[in-house]
Amino acid sequence: MAIASADNPAYKRRRRTNAVMMTLSAMALAFGLFWLAWILGELLWEAGAALRPSIFVRMTPPPGSDGGLANAIFGSMLMSGAGVAIGTPFGVLAGTYLAEYGKRGWLAPATRFINDVLLSAPSIVIGLFVYSVYVTRAKHFSGWAGALALAIIVVPVVVRTTDDMLKLVPNSLREAAVALGCPTWKMITMVSYRAARAGIVTGVLLAVARIAGETAPLLFTALNNQFWSADLDRPMANLPVVIFQFAMSPYEDWHRLAWGGAALITLFVLGLNIAARLFFRRK
Amino acid sequence: MSAVPDNRALATAEPSAVAAFTPRPPVLRNNALMDALFRNLTRFFAFAVFSLLAAILVSLVVGSMPAIRKFGPGFLASAQWDPVQENFGALVPIYGTVLTSAIALAIAIPVSFGISVFLTELSPVWLRRPLGTAIEMLAAIPSIIYGMWGLFVFAPVFQDHVEPFLADTLGKVPGLAILFSGPPMGIGMLAAGIILAVMVIPFITAVMRDVFELVPAMLKESAYGLGSTTWEVVRSVVLPYTKVGVIGGIMLGLGRALGETMAVTFVIGNAHEFSASLFMPGNSIASALANEFNEAVGEVYTSALIELGLILFLITTVVLAASKLLLIRLARAEGTRT
Repeated sequence: MAIASADNPAYKRRRRTNAVMMTLSAMALAFGLFWLAWILGELLWEAGAALRPSIFVRMTPPPGSDGGLANAIFGSMLMSGAGVAIGTPFGVLAGTYLAEYGKRGWLAPATRFINDVLLSAPSIVIGLFVYSVYVTRAKHFSGWAGALALAIIVVPVVVRTTDDMLKLVPNSLREAAVALGCPTWKMITMVSYRAARAGIVTGVLLAVARIAGETAPLLFTALNNQFWSADLDRPMANLPVVIFQFAMSPYEDWHRLAWGGAALITLFVLGLNIAARLFFRRK
Repeated sequence: MSAVPDNRALATAEPSAVAAFTPRPPVLRNNALMDALFRNLTRFFAFAVFSLLAAILVSLVVGSMPAIRKFGPGFLASAQWDPVQENFGALVPIYGTVLTSAIALAIAIPVSFGISVFLTELSPVWLRRPLGTAIEMLAAIPSIIYGMWGLFVFAPVFQDHVEPFLADTLGKVPGLAILFSGPPMGIGMLAAGIILAVMVIPFITAVMRDVFELVPAMLKESAYGLGSTTWEVVRSVVLPYTKVGVIGGIMLGLGRALGETMAVTFVIGNAHEFSASLFMPGNSIASALANEFNEAVGEVYTSALIELGLILFLITTVVLAASKLLLIRLARAEGTRT
């Protein structure tokens, strides 16, 4: 068999091309992992110096002096919490319509399409939107405006996962409920939601992870605040904007705090992502 | 998918058939009411999501009205950006946005393709999930972290080692020289493009992996059975089968890259001027907004910035919609083929 023999030049050339391509493919993967390792490594290295207990206790300092990030951490938690609290019911109900009622009519497919576009829409534009519809009316920056902007980012994530997860619920479950005389609303709330619960919760966790580090939509909405404030109707400190401001400044102390904040956010977001995956896989 | 038996019909029709003899029990009446309530409640929220896109569009158009009225379509073609004279044009930020995204895609497309091939064809099964998750983690890192890392860690390395190297090699090639000339500054268009590439790799990879897995095993095995190498299977079976989806994934990455804000703001240098060299600082729509919006004084300045946001939103919406349409087309073709 001359054709398939190992020293046939055409065969050798094909083998060589394949070896080159597969090496390139492995190198592409190494390239991707290289950046991940570099970013995380650097972050942990810097965090070692920056993460001290005082970061959780002391307030953001004036230029050039030492302090902590307590007010920013608190503000971020408050606004993300409010954003998720507004966005989750909104997203779950809309997602319910898409999956449970959306078989006929134009609304569900059109909404699904638009939702997918919103999912990747630039978050800075969401900030502009909230600025024009809320901040200009209220005439001041506020924590609520920030929470609203974050909620608008949460909604598409939750709609998408709710829709996907409800569609995975077997129809036989629904039919069984209906055959027992269960009305549709009860069937959805008692059967579909329960069957899809793990998936929907995962979606909410991923949405929290998504907004925890969002900076752009908060720049024109929540702005920043150097002091401790629990009033959502006032400008509010938050980690991402503080990191932005501190990192762009020329002060060494501020840089260190910015690294501390960056490490906190990254650890939180990556931890949440991994937790959400594990939680979903176990169910 | 969701063949929900229409229960409303049951709940209302059945009692009415016997209504002449027995009054409808209150429980059923409640159920019919609750059904209508729940259905309309979910429909209301779905409609709200549906109108959100239009609402954003309308609010941006209203916000940019003063600038639209003052500059007209010339806004798109003018390279002016003069807050003192209140004379604005969008050309420089649009150029920066498009250029950085193009650099990002030029790097991210081959890399994402390579990663997807590795994860679907080469990798041992037990390694697929951890490696895939690691790549997805690149998407989970917030963009401000990329920006900060880019400014403090990447830019100095880039300035000391990579840019001089590029200037000595590609900068000597006639025709390319103009792109790789000038002083190495670390921050600039090229640095922004590279960081954007790292940020969109996970998005493009995710789509490519998904569509590669759609290829029926029988097709691939037939090609292997005829003696194809892995590369030949990828090139002649997998790619033609998933072409549309691959393009959809690339468009998704493009949509992400165009709108990326914080990472670019840190490393692009924020200079409102044209420069042919990729080493020079520039500006993108998103970074101009992030930097200047809060400092903008006066109606015209603010609305010029909002008009920039409107342009960005229109571009990304068209790109993302195109991406979605392509992916839907692949899914539909998949449905008819199997």
